Amino acid sequence: MDTMRERFASVTSRLLDEDPRLAVVLADIGTDGFRRAAERHPDRVVNVGIREQLLVGVGGGLALAGLRPVLHTFAPFLIERPFEQVKLDFGHQGVGGVLVSAGGSYDWPAGGFTHMAPGDVALLDTLDGWTVHVPGHPDEAETLLRHAYAAGDDRVYVRLSAQTNARPRPVTGGGFLTVRRGRPGAPAVVAVGPLLENALAAVEGLDATVLYAATVRPFDAPALRAAVAGAPVAEVVLVEPYLAGTSTAAVADALADVPHRVLGLGTARAELRRYGTVGEHVAAHGLDPRSLRERITAFTDFTARAAG
Amino acid sequence: MTPTTPAAAPPPAAPDRAYGYADLPALMSLMTGDEKHGPAATSTLDALWVLYDRVLRVSPDRAGDPGRDRFLLSKGHGPMAYYAVLAAKGFLPAGLLPGFGSYGSPLGHHPDRTLVPGAEIGSGSLGHGLPLAVGTALGLRARGLSGPRVWVLVGDAELDEGSNHEAIAFAGATGLDRLHTLVIDNSSASHALPGGVAAPFAAAGWSVAAVDGRDHEALYDAYTRPHPGRPHAVVARVEPKHA
Repeated sequence: MDTMRERFASVTSRLLDEDPRLAVVLADIGTDGFRRAAERHPDRVVNVGIREQLLVGVGGGLALAGLRPVLHTFAPFLIERPFEQVKLDFGHQGVGGVLVSAGGSYDWPAGGFTHMAPGDVALLDTLDGWTVHVPGHPDEAETLLRHAYAAGDDRVYVRLSAQTNARPRPVTGGGFLTVRRGRPGAPAVVAVGPLLENALAAVEGLDATVLYAATVRPFDAPALRAAVAGAPVAEVVLVEPYLAGTSTAAVADALADVPHRVLGLGTARAELRRYGTVGEHVAAHGLDPRSLRERITAFTDFTARAAG
Repeated sequence: MTPTTPAAAPPPAAPDRAYGYADLPALMSLMTGDEKHGPAATSTLDALWVLYDRVLRVSPDRAGDPGRDRFLLSKGHGPMAYYAVLAAKGFLPAGLLPGFGSYGSPLGHHPDRTLVPGAEIGSGSLGHGLPLAVGTALGLRARGLSGPRVWVLVGDAELDEGSNHEAIAFAGATGLDRLHTLVIDNSSASHALPGGVAAPFAAAGWSVAAVDGRDHEALYDAYTRPHPGRPHAVVARVEPKHA
């Protein structure tokens, strides 16, 4: 199986042949995957060098000239470093584009914190109108990338990761999928992207509904409301592969008129000054199945529910 | 409450009357309330006038024409001269000018492209226009539009921002010859660039012309100088901001 980034390069290279509006901008990261596409479309595959402010500014300029820009580099260099460019050169100019990141929260743990962006989705939450896709499998990444390229002049962020689920789910580019249905009023676990299978394993044998979010913005409030309908106090657990609590406010907004409790699980805010492997970092942030189960069962009393 | 924005000014079909260079101070007065304007307020005025009057292939009726030239005002601060030129050239009705900066006006102290007819970008935060201009030039080329040229106006102090140097280096290295940068040099940078504002452009392989920013013939000559295979920078020197 190819990785999400390899799929990004192959699918986007094919679509460059078909869609004359599409243009890819790179900043020395990921150029190998676009070598042949750059030969075929030298004007629509641009590498600006190690210049991330320019990367985003050029994207805004391409959009002003009527193209559909696709910008790619590691998440900290795409969202965090040039954040004001993301805010002004797309949002304030009133134009759209597709930002495709790699590396996620800790895809390269040995690379350390400089190459990690656990806060990317939370940062985009301060801006208006960004769709955020977090695929959990290369096949989902392909579907969501195609959806993003075809989304008119929308502003779209696609967060690619080396972490994946074992198999893809039938994502469509909008809304949550119900992958496991508990009894009416059961707690709802909203599992995002690559953490779906850990979340499913964590609630094995427990009475919980599991919603799968490969698209987290817009947040599918109707799906969440439907999932918790009938509960005297709705209980929601977020399992997100980026900063813990990123979607807590979205849950509060979705359930504003319903008594509810929410547990936001994700990567910790404190910098984990460790190298090692992805698996070690997943465990250190408490996002492995056993840790998730401990935290979820501490939050909601499944025993009482079963007895009641 | 849902925020509301002022309605974008409707583009008029033609200027409400014919305006010339001599009318610009009066148009600026509609915004500032002052009869006379110091050098800082008018630092861009002559350079903008010559560009709009004699060089740019733009007009109110070509606002949506893909083949139009693009002018990007990157130094969005102090836009009275810009609005005056846009009004004189018929992009804006002069009647909008007195509302400058008010809640219901499309004319802010920094321009917003979604509100101001003829404004290609919104600006205010320094260092965004040149990268946007590079992208616009690349986008026009990618669309096969060989005609339109791209101009961006920056200030000398604006060149403090590192994002400009990313754009200058890239445009020079790739020979982006439809790109033109107009630098209004009123010596306002706290720490002047070594060798002057032309130096980073020249070092990156740009064609460079430095002229008196009040001399219309010299500006026109600098604007229209051929520069095959290289982007072009025109440094327009005006009175120092802190004389």
